[in-house]
Amino acid sequence: MSNFEVFILASVIKIVLVIFVLLTAVAYTVWLERKVVGHMQNRWGPSRVGPFGLLQPLADGIKFLVKEDLTPPHVYRPLFIAAPMIAVICALTSISVIPFGTALRIGGHTIPLQITDLHIGLLFILGITSIGVYGVALAGWSSNSKYSLLGGLRASAQMVSYEICLGLSLVGVLIVSGTFSLRGIVEAQSGHFLGFIPKWNIFYGCQFIAFFIYLMAAYAETNRIPFDLPEAETELVAGYHTEYSAMKFAMFFMAEYANMITVACLATLLFLGGWSGPVFGPPLLQAILPTFWFIAKIFVFLFIYIWVRGTLPRFRYDQLMAFGWKFLFPLAIANLVITALVVAYRS
Amino acid sequence: MLHLVLFLVFGAICVAGAVNLLIQRHPISSALSLVVVMASLAVEYLLLGAEFVAAVQVIVYAGAVMVLFVFVIMLLNAGEEELTKGSRVAMIVGVPGVLAGGLLIAWVLIHDSGGNAVPLGALPGFPQKIGALLFHEYLLPFEVTSVLVLIAILGAVFLATKPETPPAPTGRKG
Repeated sequence: MSNFEVFILASVIKIVLVIFVLLTAVAYTVWLERKVVGHMQNRWGPSRVGPFGLLQPLADGIKFLVKEDLTPPHVYRPLFIAAPMIAVICALTSISVIPFGTALRIGGHTIPLQITDLHIGLLFILGITSIGVYGVALAGWSSNSKYSLLGGLRASAQMVSYEICLGLSLVGVLIVSGTFSLRGIVEAQSGHFLGFIPKWNIFYGCQFIAFFIYLMAAYAETNRIPFDLPEAETELVAGYHTEYSAMKFAMFFMAEYANMITVACLATLLFLGGWSGPVFGPPLLQAILPTFWFIAKIFVFLFIYIWVRGTLPRFRYDQLMAFGWKFLFPLAIANLVITALVVAYRS
Repeated sequence: MLHLVLFLVFGAICVAGAVNLLIQRHPISSALSLVVVMASLAVEYLLLGAEFVAAVQVIVYAGAVMVLFVFVIMLLNAGEEELTKGSRVAMIVGVPGVLAGGLLIAWVLIHDSGGNAVPLGALPGFPQKIGALLFHEYLLPFEVTSVLVLIAILGAVFLATKPETPPAPTGRKG
């Protein structure tokens, strides 16, 4: 086979595999959330369908597909139909630049474990995420109901505000590593210092404040507790997706969980050294271990997401805005200035 | 070849979005057409080789500015526009203006020798280069622009802040 044919074949295999793994991960994150929150609240969570309720996501999927797809008569149809698509497409697209391991060597061909390595990978993800806001905002507007509209308004204001903190928290990492390529950022974090501590950005680059800001902003970006005001059920029924049913509702749900996974991937790549970790044993194990470490770190993140959901109450809206603009934003700028000074001093 | 085809296709989408922006009567539809214009402009930049500018175009214009537009339209709950017959000034000045502009562009395109043209995909658009240019060669314009933005923000804050007490009937501040 020529190099070009190998490239096409490998790309198609990678795309199919990554989409399959992502969708499965989305389904099982929902299962994990219900199970973990259940145990935190002293109940069992899903337990009837399959062992430990493991087939529950499958049952949910079938239910979403066969339920009646209601379109209320008072909606603006073109945008009402397009909004969930925008949300889910943007959520799934950003996975295409995430690297999930080093390169595989098969018969003289090197295949990087990533669908595509862009020079501006990080900016690509930020751009796609910022477009994803339209899904939520337009869903709220086109539903033509007051709960949806309020949810959509809250969501767009919140996501625009916290996007700034999110972006600023990443600039520190960019200064330390000097590249926008996600693979480049991970490679800049390989090795150890002081003997045993890994050179991850959170330790070596002194980006733990940025990490904290990123975490807070990411929770707000994905509309998760304690920042889930766009869909606060005690005030807004379900917020922007009140009028949606069946698969259209499921699309918003998928988008939310896919975004959670993307956020966890980014945090792992930017702050926690990506797939770096102890590698040992026979060649096959050595090929698998980096990807295993990467997935393990993502799992920890998803667990923290669920843990926070089971622990914290919801913010009030003015508290949310004050926290974002008066606390996180100045902190992010201070972190940026200090990081720039340290890097300038070191070089 | 593929680059050229994509460039022309997205150029057409861009112009179609701009025309649709004017035709649509609902503000949300117009705002979304503008998003399409911004996004296809970003693709054009990408095809020219300016990756960083393309990404910034999407993040800033399509992702932040236009979201705020849509937000304001949603907040004001703006309905469909009412059509007017159009002002006479627009007919007298606008139509000849458009014709003159079109002729000027056509004249430039015909008489351009292509001496300064850069082939598709060859624009040096790496973020390092743009950063170096912004912070060395074009530092003053860059800073002046940021001061301009600061002034705009101050103006917006002044306009948005309501006076704490109702102004006295005499001695009002200007």
